Amino acid sequence: MQTPVEPTSTALAPESFELVRGTSLWQDARRRLVKNKLAVASAIVFSVILLAVLVGPAIIANTWGYTYDMTNSEVVYQPPSAAHWFGTDQLGRDILVRSLIGGQISLLVAVVASVVSLLIGVTYGAISGYLGGKVDEAMMRFVDILYSLPDIFLIIVLLAFFSKDLIVLFAMLGAISWLTMARIVRGQVLSIKNREFVEAARAIGVSTPKIIFRHIVPNTLGPVIVYTTLTIPSVMLTEAFLSFLGLGVQPPLSSWGTLVQEGVGAISVYPWHLIFPGLMMTVTLFSLNFLGDGLRDALDPQARAD
Amino acid sequence: MLKFVLRRLLLAIPVLLVVVTISFFLVRLAPGGPFMEERAYPPAVIEKLNAKYGLDKPLHEQYFNYMQRVILHLDLGPSTRYLDRTVGDVIAQGLPNSMLLGGTAYLTALVLGMAAGIIAALRQNSGVDYGAMAVAVLGVSIPNFVLGPLLVIVLSLTLYWLPPARWGDLSHLILPALTLSALYTAYIARLTRSGLVEVLRSDYIRTARAKGLRESVVLLRHALRGSLLPVVSYSGPALAFLLGGTIVVEKLFLIPGLGNFFIEAANARDSFIVVGVTLVVATLLIVLNLVVDIVYALIDPRIAYK
Amino acid sequence: MGTPLLSVRNLQTSFFTREGEVRSVDDVSFDLEAGQTLGIVGESGSGKSVTSLSIMRLIPTPPGRIKGGQVLFGGQDLLKLSDRQMRAIRGKRIAMIFQDPMSSLNPFLRIARQLTEISELHLGLDRRAARRRAIEMLELVGIPDAARRIDDYPHQFSGGMRQRVMIAMALSCDPQLLIADEPTTALDVTIQAQILELIKDLRERLGTAVILITHDLGVVAGMADRVAVMYAGKIVESAPTDSLFARPAHPYTQGLLRSMPDPLQEVAELYQIPGLPPDMTRLPPGCAFAPRCPHAAEPCSQPPETVAVGAAHRSACWLNVRSETRA
Repeated sequence: MQTPVEPTSTALAPESFELVRGTSLWQDARRRLVKNKLAVASAIVFSVILLAVLVGPAIIANTWGYTYDMTNSEVVYQPPSAAHWFGTDQLGRDILVRSLIGGQISLLVAVVASVVSLLIGVTYGAISGYLGGKVDEAMMRFVDILYSLPDIFLIIVLLAFFSKDLIVLFAMLGAISWLTMARIVRGQVLSIKNREFVEAARAIGVSTPKIIFRHIVPNTLGPVIVYTTLTIPSVMLTEAFLSFLGLGVQPPLSSWGTLVQEGVGAISVYPWHLIFPGLMMTVTLFSLNFLGDGLRDALDPQARAD
Repeated sequence: MLKFVLRRLLLAIPVLLVVVTISFFLVRLAPGGPFMEERAYPPAVIEKLNAKYGLDKPLHEQYFNYMQRVILHLDLGPSTRYLDRTVGDVIAQGLPNSMLLGGTAYLTALVLGMAAGIIAALRQNSGVDYGAMAVAVLGVSIPNFVLGPLLVIVLSLTLYWLPPARWGDLSHLILPALTLSALYTAYIARLTRSGLVEVLRSDYIRTARAKGLRESVVLLRHALRGSLLPVVSYSGPALAFLLGGTIVVEKLFLIPGLGNFFIEAANARDSFIVVGVTLVVATLLIVLNLVVDIVYALIDPRIAYK
Repeated sequence: MGTPLLSVRNLQTSFFTREGEVRSVDDVSFDLEAGQTLGIVGESGSGKSVTSLSIMRLIPTPPGRIKGGQVLFGGQDLLKLSDRQMRAIRGKRIAMIFQDPMSSLNPFLRIARQLTEISELHLGLDRRAARRRAIEMLELVGIPDAARRIDDYPHQFSGGMRQRVMIAMALSCDPQLLIADEPTTALDVTIQAQILELIKDLRERLGTAVILITHDLGVVAGMADRVAVMYAGKIVESAPTDSLFARPAHPYTQGLLRSMPDPLQEVAELYQIPGLPPDMTRLPPGCAFAPRCPHAAEPCSQPPETVAVGAAHRSACWLNVRSETRA
């Protein structure tokens, strides 16, 4: 079994040696990912945050007896202490628990919205690319037009004037972030739709939707995974931004965005109300972005040039 | 080229009409009106106010009246939030502030980002490169409503170097511009780096080196142009949003810019301001994308517009 | 025979990849007299391009590194020069043209700038003189209407014309040595012949020595005085061109010759050397060609010696060693 020569070096020294593809793309990718220390560290950090956000509130409730909505007028605006690691807010609520619960909401919104954008984007892009011709042109023109709309303004309008419902928020965030995904998938589909295995499927009379979703879409998985990993932090940022403006997640629920917004009002006196949820959010976004970059390098070594 | 510009401007008209129409119906179809909430006017007053602003007429009539005014008189209507002012007045006050802030932030981002990107690309895979790119990922990950307050805490509340949120002389521009530029600096650094790394690996750079040119000449005369292209295409939409008012930073630093007016108006259901500001941003977006295409053609002789 | 213009001695260039060291050029030696032409032939990956880039010291470092040997040019070891001294040689005394004229010219700069910068740099010409020189060179390489076309961009030229521009650029400073790395591979067949004819013509007129790198033995036949055949980073056979074609000694060379289309003979199917080019990260300890060689035998697990098989004709194969000892 021959292992392939590192493709990046082939790019640097064209002609210097032949690329022999032996191991599969996915094995290669995993090996490259595991070797990328930053990506591995990011994955670990993100897992820790995820775990803390999911089980942390229950542990705290059992140990100290705090919940995210429990007010206590005797411990208003406490600095961080052994009893309240992140301090308390203006109503005496424990900021650690609130940050963990806020993280649940932030992550939930981001993941659901990313899945929405994934479904729309992949379906749209695959259909457009596969059908080609006039249909493709019209569908891509439509994407171009949507690109040129000031989407964030429209979302603000929708949320401000209509409903501040969580479901509406999911739909909105998903609906604005599928455009790039559609373009990526379309490009991928264009490049593989004339490959032998697709021709073969067509020749034996497989139906068009089946060809698209059984044979073509699975082969676009690499870029789709990468882009989804990068969509999650970007959606999370948008959600936080909307929540910061008071348009996203509504009380009694809170996300990292709403916590930061509450904290801004009192930064000169009680900065930790802002700093802790803000840092938690930043670390999460940081690790997700690094993980996404690492995945991209692993799945598509030509994309990042080094 | 002139023909191309004219055609693009012509194409912009339907897009702007769509934007106005969508945002108009969005805000007008929403339940409630500008005089319903919060301010407890007696019903008779509301009726009178509605009649004054033409809000009592059927929706399609309102739309046609509005469009007529916009197209024929470039009149964006009265403001219901700021009772004695027109939307035009509000934009005339907010846009220069937003442009000053956004322009400063963009220039900062361009200078810092390109410098960091070039250094990282030239010292590819060194500690400097990894450090710069890690900072860049951090820049993409830290939300500006977290960064802004942190900068305020450190630079004005702890070190007393800079005034906190207020708007007046130029020293008040520094903190918001820094806050705003972080994300864009990070993006531009990444784009510059990857663009330059790719160009430095291309055949024509090898040719330039084979001529015996100095590395600085290779970089400045041969490599930089091509590596600018991704930054140029990114700059169009980025600038449009920067100049068109950045809601969070303006709100955070109490800057009377377009973004601040927009969010206040949205919350007060001032439909004319909302539609007007959306129109301004959409126009900026279209114009700046056109500028990007023109700059692109100036840099890359292979692109010819007909 | 005085000292040769170029004398490459035991050149070793490696690329350090995650899979390990790749010895792209492994102990390569050859000489080139002034005004002569050397053809270096091999499959892609055999190390022929890396050899030429090593002579120019244009190996991307990292991952590549010239590990050892000497490149004596006019008696000077190029590998010992400072970067500054090396730059004074590149483009002036040794010039290079590359495989793909589409990507080897800077798409963002006018032809004029790309031509004038080299004579401004090395010949000290001012802008106007450099421009005159550039037009002269374009006329020399047969670009019609050169005075006007000099202000065009590369994309306004056809592939063949671009390679002519590359040649004009390379010859602007009257180099003593021109390295042509697959100069015709990316071009149409008819254009290929024209470009080769042009190189041949200019070589005679300007007295330039040429290293012609190609995978195509046919190209070498009409052009080169000597031929070196490379396989897996080593020169496996080198000989005067006539001698190589008449009496190929190495089984790899024999295979290459058999796989050449013969215009006089209608053959139903062309011969192909069996197997794949070697994986450069894990070469066998002995002869790298052995896995594909029809004559492979037990001694091939040891590295073969290079032995003389004729006048100035050397080959690195155990077959030759045996026949030599038998003779």
